[in-house]
Amino acid sequence: MLSYTLRRLAFAIPTVLVISLIVFLMLDMAPGDPTGSLPLTIPLEVREQIRQSLGLGDPVMVRYFKWLYMMCFVEPLHILAGLTGWDIAPEGPRILSWQTRSPVGDILVQRVPQTLWVVGLGYLFGILIALPIGVISAYRQYSWFDQAGTFVSMIGFSVPTFFTGVVFILIFSVWLGWFPSMYDTTHVVRDWNSFVFQAKQIAMPVAVLALFNASQISRFMRASMLDNLNQDYVRTARAKGLGEKTVVLVHVLRNSMIPVVTVIAIGIPTVFTGAIITEQIFRVNGLGDALIRAIYVSDWPMVQTITFIFAILIVLFNLIADVLYGILDPRIRYD
Amino acid sequence: MTDTAKPLNPDEAFRPPRNQWWDVWDQFKTHRGALAGLAVFVSIILFVVVGPLIWQVDPGQLNIRLRNQGPSRDFPLGTDQLGRDLLARLMYGGRISVAVGLVAMFLGLVIGTLIGVLAGYFKRLDSPLMRLTDLFLALPLLPLLLILVTLFRDSLARTFGESIGVFLLICFAIAITSWMQTARIVRGDVLALKEREYVLAARSIGTPSLRINTRHVLPNVLSPIMVSATLGIASAIITESALSFLGLGFPPDFPTWGRILYEGRDWIEQYPARVVWPGVLISLTVLSVNYIGDGLRDALDPRIRGR
Repeated sequence: MLSYTLRRLAFAIPTVLVISLIVFLMLDMAPGDPTGSLPLTIPLEVREQIRQSLGLGDPVMVRYFKWLYMMCFVEPLHILAGLTGWDIAPEGPRILSWQTRSPVGDILVQRVPQTLWVVGLGYLFGILIALPIGVISAYRQYSWFDQAGTFVSMIGFSVPTFFTGVVFILIFSVWLGWFPSMYDTTHVVRDWNSFVFQAKQIAMPVAVLALFNASQISRFMRASMLDNLNQDYVRTARAKGLGEKTVVLVHVLRNSMIPVVTVIAIGIPTVFTGAIITEQIFRVNGLGDALIRAIYVSDWPMVQTITFIFAILIVLFNLIADVLYGILDPRIRYD
Repeated sequence: MTDTAKPLNPDEAFRPPRNQWWDVWDQFKTHRGALAGLAVFVSIILFVVVGPLIWQVDPGQLNIRLRNQGPSRDFPLGTDQLGRDLLARLMYGGRISVAVGLVAMFLGLVIGTLIGVLAGYFKRLDSPLMRLTDLFLALPLLPLLLILVTLFRDSLARTFGESIGVFLLICFAIAITSWMQTARIVRGDVLALKEREYVLAARSIGTPSLRINTRHVLPNVLSPIMVSATLGIASAIITESALSFLGLGFPPDFPTWGRILYEGRDWIEQYPARVVWPGVLISLTVLSVNYIGDGLRDALDPRIRGR
């Protein structure tokens, strides 16, 4: 198991490095300059000095390694120091956002909680809805429940989130007036009433994401259950007199969960990137919103950082999925 | 095996040879969802291709006096905040959205099939190409698409002109971020096919690799390619709409469905129809294409066919 994990890890680290290089080089070629927004009265020599002080005079590879060092070492330590109060923050320059002139790490710390709440709850509810639906659909294949379930999941899978979100706003916010259409990030939960308000404002973005995720996961769950229900071991279990509940919920469900668990793990980072759109619809100022705003104003350091974080998430969760698959299904390890 | 001993019905035995695609169609017809999907998809194509020939209204025609009109005889779906006819905009927008879907799907398919065949057929290319595929699968695609579009929009618009430049850019960007699944599926199938006797026979009479691939391998991997083609159209249309919805797709004077939805969002409280129509069209297109893909997958699977 250890050697399997190490082999996977040995592939993951170069992947992250290559992706970071691609992202860095792509944005390095981009037009746009941090001194572009300064007043035109600044003489050219001073402008050049500002560029030098921001580290833009070095060759590309030097800047890449400096950026990588700051990205992987300086910023995480600063974030950790900010969260725990320990005195571990290293000296030296940090990655500065061109639009706000503050370190990107500080901005991310403000943005991540909103994204985690909305995306995390959306994914969690999606899984909780999807698993029972998938199990029942497969167990009663071609029943009305299965027909309805597959139809709804096909719709949830085909209708893009930016349309479901808008329809939700139209129905629940404009017509019925139940939920606010915009997410108020400054809201603090202090007592019961403020908690109810928080629940109300988070309900619609979470529902949109949950619907989309549930429709994808329930399709997988159903297919995986169907694969297992006809296996010989199920007949054996029934033949030795086990109850139907034990057969389905213990024998079949456990084996069917193996691919589903890995699909769930692989899906987590795509949910983050997909939530960019949901965040735009409901004006949640999370990570995706920060990315879109940074792209609008050509704030490349911010874009590089967020894209790199997404890349790390994808590689990390792919690794987790591989290792999980290896733990759950020992046959995989001996490839 | 008592089935094989069954005496052959003379009519069946002398059945004239039949193209295999008729078998596929017979199986496809039994999938009700796929048939409905095909009907809806054909009507949408007719709506966007033939529609503008019948309803000859310029979608860019401003008429500020007639802005925000409700449905009437002159404007069946009303007008927007600048007095442009919504029906005409939906038709022209659909042309762009569907064209992007088809072109991006085709490009992605070509790249994916090429890489899949090369990796599957030539052992030396297998490992580097599959590492490349894995690398692309690990890229954060939506952020990269957004970056690609922002970076190259202006330079391409200058070279090819505003409309063609952005169209090409979006198609290429979608294609190079969506070929990986096709490549993986095709590689897997080619790996199995190249060990078959008929490929060996072809090679033993001195057929060059290119001819073996085009004549013997590719026709046999056509079915998975067709299924991933339908799924590719659906995801390309969604991606284009998402880009337009984020304000990073086509410029404002090109009404794609995503763009119309994006512009209608600000008016959702007063004029919800402006959001609902483009959204319904996107969803219907994607839903119908997904159902066609489902039906095709069943129809092309010989294990299911004929049951």
